[in-house]
Order: sequence, then C-alpha cells, then structure tokens
Amino acid sequence: MASEQAGGHGAEGAGAHGPMHQFEIERHLPLEIFGIDASFTNSSLFMVIAALGVSAFFLMSTSGRSLVPGRLQSLAEISYEFVANMVRENVGTAGMKYFPFVFTLFIFILACNMLGMIPYTFTVTSHIIVTFAMALVVFIGVTIVGFAKHGIGFLKFFVPSGVPAILLPLLVVIEVISYLTRPISLSVRLFANMMAGHTMLKVFGGFVVALGAAGIAPLAFMVAFTGLEFLVAFLQAYVFAILTCIYLNDAINMH
Amino acid sequence: MEVEAARFIGAGLASIALVGAGIGIGTIFGNYLSGALRNPSAAKGQFANLLLGFALAEATGLFGLVIAFIILFG
Repeated sequence: MASEQAGGHGAEGAGAHGPMHQFEIERHLPLEIFGIDASFTNSSLFMVIAALGVSAFFLMSTSGRSLVPGRLQSLAEISYEFVANMVRENVGTAGMKYFPFVFTLFIFILACNMLGMIPYTFTVTSHIIVTFAMALVVFIGVTIVGFAKHGIGFLKFFVPSGVPAILLPLLVVIEVISYLTRPISLSVRLFANMMAGHTMLKVFGGFVVALGAAGIAPLAFMVAFTGLEFLVAFLQAYVFAILTCIYLNDAINMH
Repeated sequence: MEVEAARFIGAGLASIALVGAGIGIGTIFGNYLSGALRNPSAAKGQFANLLLGFALAEATGLFGLVIAFIILFG
C-alpha cells in the first residue's frame, strides 16, 4: 500500500514519518463548546464519510425494491440476512428487537475498518476512545436490558449454579469482575487489532524502501499481509457484533 | 541501567505475549482441520466458531503488543 510505504523509516518513534504518524488527530475546524474541545477532526471526518457512505448505499440499493434483486439490492439483502441470522442464532427471536442496533454497529465498524484500508485515509477504529465509547454503549445498554427484563433477579446472573456453597463468595467476585471487564476487552480487541495491523504495514513498508532491490521480498509479504488485514477488518467487526449478541443473550435469557 | 535501554527491553518483553497468540491460533486452526477431516459435513457449521475463536485468541496476544507500543511511544 502506497501510504504505508511513503516515508516509512522503520520503528524510529512517533516522529513525522514514524509508524505512529498515521494515527495522529488533526483539527480541521477548531471548535470549543463550554470549554470542551469539540473540533471537527480527521477522525470525525471519516466517521461522517462512513455514516454517509453506508446510508447512501442502503438508500440507493433499497429504493428499487424489485422482487428479483439486482447487484446492489442483493448485497444489501445479504448483509441484512447475515446480521439477522447472527442475532437469531445467538439471542433467539426475542432478540430481534435489538437487531437494528446490532446491524448499525456491525455496518458502521465494518465501514470504518474498510475505509481505513484505503491508502492515505484515517482509521477511526484505531483509537481506543472511539471503540471504548461503542463498547460502553453496548455494556450499559445490555445491563439496562437485563435489569428491565428480570428486575433485581438479574443479579442471579452473577451466581453460578451447581457450585459448592464454600466456593460461592469467590466465584461471585470473579463473575462480577469478568462482567465489568467486558467493555475493556471488547474495545481493546478492536482497537489493538486495527492499530497493530496498520503499524505493521507501515514498518514493513519502511523495509521495502530501505532494502532497495531486495525489497521485493517484504513487498510480496506486504501484499499477502494486506489481504490478511482485509480479513481482520471484517473479522473484528463480526466479532464485535457477535459478542454484543452474546452479551444480549446473557441479559435476555440469563445463561 | 539507562531508561531508554530499559524501555526497549520492556517493550521486547511485552511482545512475548504474542507467543501465546501464535500457540492459540495454531491450536484453533489445527483442531478445526483435524475435526473437519474426520467429519467434513459438520465442518461448515463450525466455521463461524472458528473465526470467533481465531479473533479471540489473536486479541489476547495483541493486548501484550499494545503494552509494548505504550512503553515505546506512550
């Protein structure tokens, strides 16, 4: 990828052309509201592009609504079916109420990840604050769903059944801690995958430039690795969505 | 020891976490293949679980890599 090769000098630090340079936030429209920095940055720009692109795609593809779908419409139908099956299999029909949320989450993360694979673009999901905000929404939402559905009985979720009474105090603590670390693991998984992949592409791009004619070997590796990155970009969106489904299932069906 | 040298050593040590990711991914794909060759008809139904397991195993190693990046650039 051209962007990864341009001026990469290996892992020399976070300088102007270091591997971390691609993650820098730039303010396009400086803006401050009540002392909070709400500037329109390159991150916001690519979020807007992702949201608008996805909306335009789905509006365009479903405007015809023919019985025999064309190329665009069948692409939209496949993505709908894919997520609908995911929700139905993991949460059951009771979970279809939350299908729009899971679908939006999946498509938005997928669009952001794929947009980041285009050279010279910014990867929104390579920042922990973006992924953590999404994970926190999932976590708080799922907890609210659990308490709304089961009332105070949702706390039984933290008490595993069929365990000797002497072990219970320990296990309840472990269950609560593992429940509370969900948003952290959910967000760090997506962020780490995107950041590590893009950094590695950049570092190997530096090898291509530095090795001259022998750079063909890392270049071939980079082509293969870019393919893997596309797979990871899809896979992480999928994993984020399916873990949301699994958490929803825990809240709705209680194990 | 100089702080700079200690940082590089620390980042290198943190990257060892990726050993676990390698073992995990190898185990998942190896076991999937051996299972799929024994019972090819059941293989397709478990493909989603394979990808999920791959992503989960890879992520645990990447947690260590993030620590290495934080040490180096943070």
